[in-house]
Amino acid sequence: MSINKHKANINISTNTTSSTNINNNNKTVKKLLLVVVAMFGFGFALVPLYDVFCDITGLNGKTNDTAVAYTASSVDKTRTVKVQFITRNAKGIPWEFEPVINEINVHPGEMKLVSFYAKNNASHDIVGQAVPSVSPGLAANYFHKIECFCFTQQPLSAGKDIEMSLQFYVDLELPTDINTLTLSYTLYDITEKSS
Amino acid sequence: MTTDTLDNASTADSHHDSFGDNHDHKMTGIKRWLYTTNHKDIGTLYLWFAFIMFLTGGALAMVIRAELFQPGLQLVEPDFFNQLTTVHGLVMVFGAIMPAFTGFANWMLPMMLGAPDMALPRMNNWSFWILPFAFAILLGSFFMESGAPNFGWTFYAPLSTTYSNGSTAFFVFAVHIMGISSIMGAINIVVTIMNMRAPGMTYMKMPLFVWTFFITAYLLIAVMPVLAGVVTMLLTDTYFGTSFFDAAGGGDPVMFQHIFWFFGHPEVYIMILPAFGIVSTTIPAFSRKRLFGYSSMVYATSSIALLSFIVWAHHMFTTGMPLFGELFFMYCTMLIAVPTGVKVFNWVATMWRGSLTFETPMLFSIAFVILFTIGGFSGLMLAMTPVDFQYHDTYFVVAHFHYVLVTGSLFSIYAGAYFWLPKWTGHMYNDTLSKWHFWCSLISVNLLFFPMHFLGLAGMPRRIPDYALQFADFNKWVSIGGFAFGLSQLIFLAVVIKCIRGGEKAPAKPWDGAIGLEWTVASPAPYHTFSTPPSQQDIDNADQHGH
Amino acid sequence: MGKHKLTWLVLVSLFANSAWAETQLNLTKGVTAVSRDVYDLHMLVLYICTTIGVLVFGAMFWSIAFHRKSKGAKPADFHESTKVEVLWTAIPIVILIAMAVPATQTLIAMEDNENSDVTIQITGSQWKWHYKYFDQDIEYYSVLSTPRKQYQNQQETNVVKGKNYLLEVDKPLVIPVNKKVRFLITSDDVIHSWWVPAFAVKQDANPGFINEAWTRVEEPGVYRGQCAELCGKDHGFMPIVVEVKSAEDYDTWLNEQQQRIAAAASAEQASLSASMSKEELMQLGETTYTAHCSACHQPTGLGLPPAFPALKGSPVATTGSIKDHLDIVFNGKAGTGMQAYGKQLSLKEIAAVVTYERNAWGNDTGDLVQSADVKAVSGEE
Repeated sequence: MSINKHKANINISTNTTSSTNINNNNKTVKKLLLVVVAMFGFGFALVPLYDVFCDITGLNGKTNDTAVAYTASSVDKTRTVKVQFITRNAKGIPWEFEPVINEINVHPGEMKLVSFYAKNNASHDIVGQAVPSVSPGLAANYFHKIECFCFTQQPLSAGKDIEMSLQFYVDLELPTDINTLTLSYTLYDITEKSS
Repeated sequence: MTTDTLDNASTADSHHDSFGDNHDHKMTGIKRWLYTTNHKDIGTLYLWFAFIMFLTGGALAMVIRAELFQPGLQLVEPDFFNQLTTVHGLVMVFGAIMPAFTGFANWMLPMMLGAPDMALPRMNNWSFWILPFAFAILLGSFFMESGAPNFGWTFYAPLSTTYSNGSTAFFVFAVHIMGISSIMGAINIVVTIMNMRAPGMTYMKMPLFVWTFFITAYLLIAVMPVLAGVVTMLLTDTYFGTSFFDAAGGGDPVMFQHIFWFFGHPEVYIMILPAFGIVSTTIPAFSRKRLFGYSSMVYATSSIALLSFIVWAHHMFTTGMPLFGELFFMYCTMLIAVPTGVKVFNWVATMWRGSLTFETPMLFSIAFVILFTIGGFSGLMLAMTPVDFQYHDTYFVVAHFHYVLVTGSLFSIYAGAYFWLPKWTGHMYNDTLSKWHFWCSLISVNLLFFPMHFLGLAGMPRRIPDYALQFADFNKWVSIGGFAFGLSQLIFLAVVIKCIRGGEKAPAKPWDGAIGLEWTVASPAPYHTFSTPPSQQDIDNADQHGH
Repeated sequence: MGKHKLTWLVLVSLFANSAWAETQLNLTKGVTAVSRDVYDLHMLVLYICTTIGVLVFGAMFWSIAFHRKSKGAKPADFHESTKVEVLWTAIPIVILIAMAVPATQTLIAMEDNENSDVTIQITGSQWKWHYKYFDQDIEYYSVLSTPRKQYQNQQETNVVKGKNYLLEVDKPLVIPVNKKVRFLITSDDVIHSWWVPAFAVKQDANPGFINEAWTRVEEPGVYRGQCAELCGKDHGFMPIVVEVKSAEDYDTWLNEQQQRIAAAASAEQASLSASMSKEELMQLGETTYTAHCSACHQPTGLGLPPAFPALKGSPVATTGSIKDHLDIVFNGKAGTGMQAYGKQLSLKEIAAVVTYERNAWGNDTGDLVQSADVKAVSGEE
């Protein structure tokens, strides 16, 4: 109560235009609160914006996460690009996970099929998820996956193994200073999240 | 800090408080401070809170330096060491520097603008009183089973999510409250400056001090919500199964750093722009000369603020950015040196052919200009991407930001505190003690932070509890400097307490070269000032811009 | 005060390489073309900053010395000058451009990862490094080899520390001299950062993503670095050691590794049929435990709860089945810091460490675990 009284005192004591002042204050506060809310939203908007940014620039070597159609008009036989495959298990997933071949030479525009071997060594069923990453990051935009086991989750029963395929081609537009391309898969245990 | 002054009407000459009887309701004891909506009371609360947090964060730093005094783990375990560095950073940034500046804003803005109070006094009360709760949660987590946050004040995911020690929820909650407090404080500052200026005080007549707080408040409003957003994502990632920053679920840990530093870089300027405002007040006062290049100072401050939004990724050069990204952020960062340089040149030009005296506020201001500039130089070195690969995450970076934040922001706070203590308390501070405070701080702070440059260049990573033997000599000196600097700050506590209790009576304007509306009211400043707006004559006299 | 610091700055630049050789004050020149470019750039900026500092602080101290009130100085009245202000905006821009040009050139060179001779996959893992040679079967963990008692000085303070205290590992990374070596860097858990100052290579290891870096070292030798990104408790205890060998020595080393792998495989086979005594198991178990487990679960077995649970009296190591215990050690535990040791330790070591955990610190279960039991859990035929 006394707070209100105090406040009133101040308002009286400002000057004769105190009511206009309060109106102005309220207006400004509302505008600023709007900015606050907008910036809070912007923080979250940065998530999709970041993805768009990554798509455009190939930042962090993110590749397409859904299948794309083969659209290359020809095969550029004059160029050869080395594509290397590496794998890594994140902590806590007891799978064997290896590329069947380590590297392959491709011509831009040429479609290739390679496979990866996985085996669940644990005594329980596990759902795995392979997360791809391409280096150099700029090449990610020119590496197109037509079919990939990384598009979906991979459930494997205890002790079972599987050969998983990846079909891809390298874009004809791949910048000429890129001659080696590395595709890495990190395997995660997502059993808990997927159930 | 201030004493009650019911006799203001008799001492203030430039204004007349016609509502003297309004003070009757003023409460006493703890209730006065809990319910206060008076900008001076709240400013006092902020300043004391900041100082207590400064001592708390300092105590944590003392343990860190004691552990690093010699190689080997003598006192603490590595995990606790990480908790110490994390909480030290958070307490100093959000508990000491930022509230101290808000304290200055509360005390000084209405008086400098010729306004009776802040525009939103009740919100002002709230924005202060939620702060102690935030820090109670943060510091209280030391005593929880999980321990305090141990992932660095930058809380990079996934160390702070999947691999955290369970303190993430406390941390997020505390940061949310700090954020809300800062946003409320900032809104109050903006509204006050926009709507409460005395009639006749145009924007370009405002003291530069007001300008820097105005721009800082806008920065706060723009980026604190982003911080709130990113800690919310952290919370849901840790406890509610989202995957913003978890690669397994399609997220990206590097995105965390982008969002964090989108907040974090403007945050750095939030902690230094008000410092520019303070020394732009003190240097002209003790040079007895107007501030050189007032308009260019305003523009330089604004352009630093704008640039701060497009340089965030210079904290992330080693995360694997594409070449053009590294180049873009390098060029933008280097560009910041230009407006910052303009400021330093302007301060030197203000002193040039002035009539200098060296009272304690001036000593701290001069030390600020030199040492902040050294921090700026190392900042420029860090901006060079190829070399940053060597400096990044070493003690060179630690040296850099402590030069900017301790000998920068903190020294400016001391300059401002000594400058306005007579206005706040009505007494002059003890000059001898204050000089001791200055010289002890100056010597020890350089012993503390300068050798860190060498440690970083020689290859000592930051945030390690133990180090290789070639770093031992410098670490010993750094620790000695640290203890000395910590002790020196107790002198300041003594000065302030002595000053509140008594001392030579301060006149309304104790500094002959000072200009500003705050000097037209009595010392100590009456509980209510400028209930009647100041005269145009007073406003023009206080104009830093010149004629 | 400021003057004093300036003198320091100047001294540093003058004596960086000669008088102060013992305690390193300046950035290393390193042993690669890139690291030397980086060093030159560092010195260039340092000199420019020092010069600007001397000029600006010089003017300031001139003012402090001669424009003081006590010397009767009267304040001048100027407070702006467009000419001067334009000048001190323009000159810094020119200086910055002069700095940006060499910086850009060096950066472009650093980012050119093409045409490498050797590729090595580097993985950061709490708190060790894993190296895997692309196209070779060679892969191994590289772990701090400084004995715990040298750095755990809470009780004993008089332990003598070795020459390379905290900068030594059991198995260093080995690379050939004068060859372009490409690093593909990633992480198993949190973010780490692989840094060797002498190569001017520092690259973050991000979980789920790969980063590239490269080096071409010109002098054989041993180079040391550390993890540069806070990665949890033992961030300060995961050093990097790189041994750079001549072409012949490198080939010899590769051969040795191949032979060692073959020998280890046959030893594994042999251990399957062998049965170890409790003493043998406990002894090997204790050594293995100290090297791989005690950082988290502590030598006392009490752990550091809640992140790192106690093993002493824990159901896992007492009443629980041996199979489940082996499963956790062999395969790790998802969502926690517990990693899979199946690939890091031999069958024999795992058998020993599990035996040790089930019998030490009063967990006196009396259980004995043999290599064959571990093999059964591993899921491999």
